[in-house]
Formats: sequence, C-alpha cells, structure tokens
Amino acid sequence: MSELITTSATELAALVRSGETSAREVVDAHLARIEEVDGTAGYDPEAVGESDVHAFLTVTADAARAQADEIDAARGRGDELPPLAGVPVAMKDLFVTRGTETTASSNILRGWVPPYDATVVERLRVAGTISLGKTNMDEFAMGSSTETSAYGLTRNPWDLGRVPGGSSGGAVAAVSGLMAPLATGTDTGGSIRQPAALTGTVGMKPTYGRISRYGMVAFASSLDQAGPIGRTVEDCALMYTAMAGHDPKDSTSLPEPVGDVLTGLKDGIEGLRIGVVTELQGEGYEPGVDASFREALTRLEDLGAEIVEVSLPHAPYGLPAYYLVAPSEASSNLARYDGTIFGTRVDAPTSEEMNAATRAAGFGKEVKRRIMIGTYALSAGYFDAYYQQASRVRTLIADDFKAAWESADLLVSPSSPGVAFEFGSKSSDPIAMYLNDVATVPGSLAGIPAMSVPSGLDEQGLPVGLQFMAPLLREDLLLRAGWAFEQATGFDPMPRGANAVPVPA
Amino acid sequence: MLKAPTVSLSADEVRHVAMLARLAVTDEEVEALAPELNAILGYAEQVGEVAAEGISPTVHPVPLTNVLREDEPGETLDREELLAGAPQSEDDRFVVPRIVAED
Repeated sequence: MSELITTSATELAALVRSGETSAREVVDAHLARIEEVDGTAGYDPEAVGESDVHAFLTVTADAARAQADEIDAARGRGDELPPLAGVPVAMKDLFVTRGTETTASSNILRGWVPPYDATVVERLRVAGTISLGKTNMDEFAMGSSTETSAYGLTRNPWDLGRVPGGSSGGAVAAVSGLMAPLATGTDTGGSIRQPAALTGTVGMKPTYGRISRYGMVAFASSLDQAGPIGRTVEDCALMYTAMAGHDPKDSTSLPEPVGDVLTGLKDGIEGLRIGVVTELQGEGYEPGVDASFREALTRLEDLGAEIVEVSLPHAPYGLPAYYLVAPSEASSNLARYDGTIFGTRVDAPTSEEMNAATRAAGFGKEVKRRIMIGTYALSAGYFDAYYQQASRVRTLIADDFKAAWESADLLVSPSSPGVAFEFGSKSSDPIAMYLNDVATVPGSLAGIPAMSVPSGLDEQGLPVGLQFMAPLLREDLLLRAGWAFEQATGFDPMPRGANAVPVPA
Repeated sequence: MLKAPTVSLSADEVRHVAMLARLAVTDEEVEALAPELNAILGYAEQVGEVAAEGISPTVHPVPLTNVLREDEPGETLDREELLAGAPQSEDDRFVVPRIVAED
C-alpha cells in the first residue's frame, strides 16, 4: 500500500494497464493516505489541526472508488484503457465540477454546486485519471501562500509550520504529501511555479491559451492558465498531454495542434544555449536560493548546455504591471458575484444594497483590496495611465523575450526569491507578499511556457526550485530540459526534516 | 511619456471606489484600506517610468484571428440545475430584491 503512494503517475498507469495492480487499490491507498495526514477540516477553517496538511476541501471518496471499479471492470473485459487509467488526481477548487461543491476558497461561493464540468476536468476524466477531490487555494487564486483561503490554511509537507506557497497550495501539498501523484493547478502570475518550488514538486505553466479556461473560475482572463503538478517531469508531460488542446468553448484557446512532448523528452540538452536572466537574480533572492541556482547552472553545463547571460531590460517592471493588469481584470470578472446567480446572499431592501452587502460579507481582505485597486485603475481618467500603460509594458516584456531567443534557446532563473516561509510572516504587508512572484510574473505577462523543477534544498533543508522558460508553444523544449535537469539533480521529492509530514520508510 | 499621477487616495475617494465596486465598507475598513491602496498604487506607478508611446498593448501573446463556427444547436446547461445554485429563484427565474428604492 505505502509503495503505491510513492509511485509516479507514469508507473501507476503501467501497473494498472498490466493488471499488476487494480485502479481500486491505487485509489484506496491514496484515500488512506489522505485520511492519515490531511485531517477532516474540509471547509471548516477552525477545524484544521496542528499536524493536518489540509490540502483537500472536499474528498470525493465514493465517486473515486466507483470510477476505479469501472476502470477495473473495463480492463477485465479487455477494453483498451486510456493513457492515465487509474491514476489519481487532486483537482484545484478553481475548476468547476458538476455535482461537487466549487468555491475557489471563497465564502461568496460557499455551497455552490456547479451545473457543468470544466473542460480540464472532462479531459482528465477521458484520459482515465480519477479525481480524489478539491484542493485548497488562495481565495480566487489571489495570494502566494494559500493563507487568503476562507477555509483555513494548508501546511507545507516539508515543514508543517510553513506555507506551501500559493495560490495552488493545496494542489502541491497533496502531491508532495503523497496524497495524489498528480494535481491540477492554475497560474496567473506564478501560482503553479512558486508553490511547486516551495514543496519540492514539479509545476508547469503552459503557453497562455494552450489549455482551455472553460470552467475555470476566472481571476485575470488574459493571464490565467491551467497546468500540471507532479513529483516528476515525465508525469507532468503526460498530464499536460491529457489537458492541452483547442477548445471551442474558450475563445482565447489556441487552435494550433498540440506538439508531441513525449517522444523527445529524454533526448537531453547537449548543445542547447541556456540564458541566465540578469534581472532575475541577485538582490532580493535568499542566499540559499542563490546557492542552489549557481549549483543548477553548473549541472546544466555538465549536461552539455552552453550557459549565456541574457538581459530582459523591462523585467523589473513586470511586477508593477502585473499588479495593475491582474486586479483590473479581477475587478471586472468578480463583478458576477453579487448574490444573484450563484453563491451566498446577504438580504437587503434593494438590489444594490444586497449586492454591496453580499460582496462585503463574501469576499476576504485580499480580494477586496484587489477589486478596489482594479476598480480604481479602470475608472474614468485613470485607464490610460494604469491598465493601458501596464498592457504596453507587457508588450515590451514580450519583446524582451523575443530578443532573448536570438541568443538563447531557453532561459532560467530561481522560481521564487525565497523558500517556504512561516505562517503569518508576510500576510500583513501586501507588497512583501507580492514580491514572491517577482521571477514568475515576466513569463506570465509574455504568455510563454515556464516550469519549476526542484534544484535542491537550502541550508534549512527546505526545497528550492529552478524556473525554465521557453519560447511560445515550445513546451517540448521546456519539458526536455526539465527532465534532463531532474535526472542530473537526482532530487528526492519525499518530504523530510524535523517538522515534516511522516512518509513511509 | 505617460506618467501615472502620484496617488494619495482620501477616505472619501476610497468610499467612492468602494461604491463603484459595489462593496459595502465600514469606517474602520476605509481607514485601513486607504494607506494599503496608496502603497500598492504607489508601487504599481513605476509602469509610468517606461516610455511606451506607440507601443500597442498586449492582451493575448499569440495573435488570434476571429473565426465563425457552424450555427448548430448544442447542449445547454440544465435549467433546474442552474437555478438550484442561486440564492433565490421562482418560476424559472432568478429573484432579486427591488431594483429601485422606495421614496
């Protein structure tokens, strides 16, 4: 049983296909692990115990077992199984799931049961994966620590007194804590890459538009992108393949066919030019992160890559631009939560008062701050100076990347300026929290694919991530480099340390 | 160069923005929000340091062309299931309090 929870998705799929293990055994092993380490707080923030990871808000055990039994029956009949048949997946609570409560970790959606499935949910089901439930996150994905969730914190499996990063904090904690080999995440400014870095997991943000946004609770529509989280690069490549592709239900979805990322995955990176971004290192990055980054560059060189220095001159403007674009789009997207169509309502004599009272009670502090910033930035007289100017900065950053591809095939930087931090240590200062995204935001604004792969541990024994960035639609190159680096690093993703979640020996 | 104005939102301006955003705010919230918003906007204002005249704004990194799909009937969401998620519904409709206040 304990072996199944430490097994990769790639191997689990092979075991189920060969009949060596049943899908039911795989699901039961992971459900038992959830019971062992996750606690039962669910949507009750007061009930999160001191040693509970609290990755999940909802565990859909019965549905998961039934789906596993169907897969086992199909195998028994000799039916051909889909590529990821029997592999459990943890679903971020940002993806709508028909018949299962979906809240985006906000009180305003408490109790909402969607009448449809997100395209990602549907695709992953068709690929044979089995959803174990919904994972905790920062409210509406606004945060870098999962502390803005209305439903309580999620603990980092490497140190239960620290944050798992965010906004996909529950997703990475589920994967790192061995409760699921795979999890869905979403990344607007770094919400897959930063938490992956903080938990020693692999997280990939594909090219904007590569994976459908249909059924993803919208935060900033021109940036939101779903992606895979796993403990290995190969697992992420498989999951990405299942998730990606054009969707007529999402008008920003890319019509280009999805390139094959699996065939060349293990071809290595000899001769590739890898650019170190001048602006995404040095000041503001913790010494432990910097040391791991230097070591990573040596490894890449040992693998035969040529390391070159590359400048993205407008990257320092990425974070300020992001904190105008994202709140502006959020203020518009979140206008729909007004107590009318879904979620909660606070009664009042008139509609307008009901809207304002519902939103006041339903949104948390960070969400309100961003709605206010966005409303102000879009208001008459300020649109040009804020939203429009920030969108022009996006163009300049995208142009910087285009120029960089002239001298480098891929770019690298630390995924996050720091390692996992203690609960409460950054929540009182919004800008200190925003700085978590400093390395990931430029890629988000340019829409390019990027990924975090563990590069080692810092001096405290906490995981550090290396960010790879590739040209638009070159997920193949990204994953190939990530795989080669992962093999060279030999990183062990099992949480360890004095305050880590227990793992099987 | 398009320089963003240096912001210093007053309490009344914060209340006005909250009204535009349909957020009911208490006096304590206004007091806390004003310096926070000013700090964030002050930080974000750096975008004004970049000369961006003649640069077109980016909204999608990959140029898309508009396409028309076949006009075929497809599946729609189930009305009952949809209304079941609403705070209040009646006769296949969403119910809201009166739109116009009584004098």
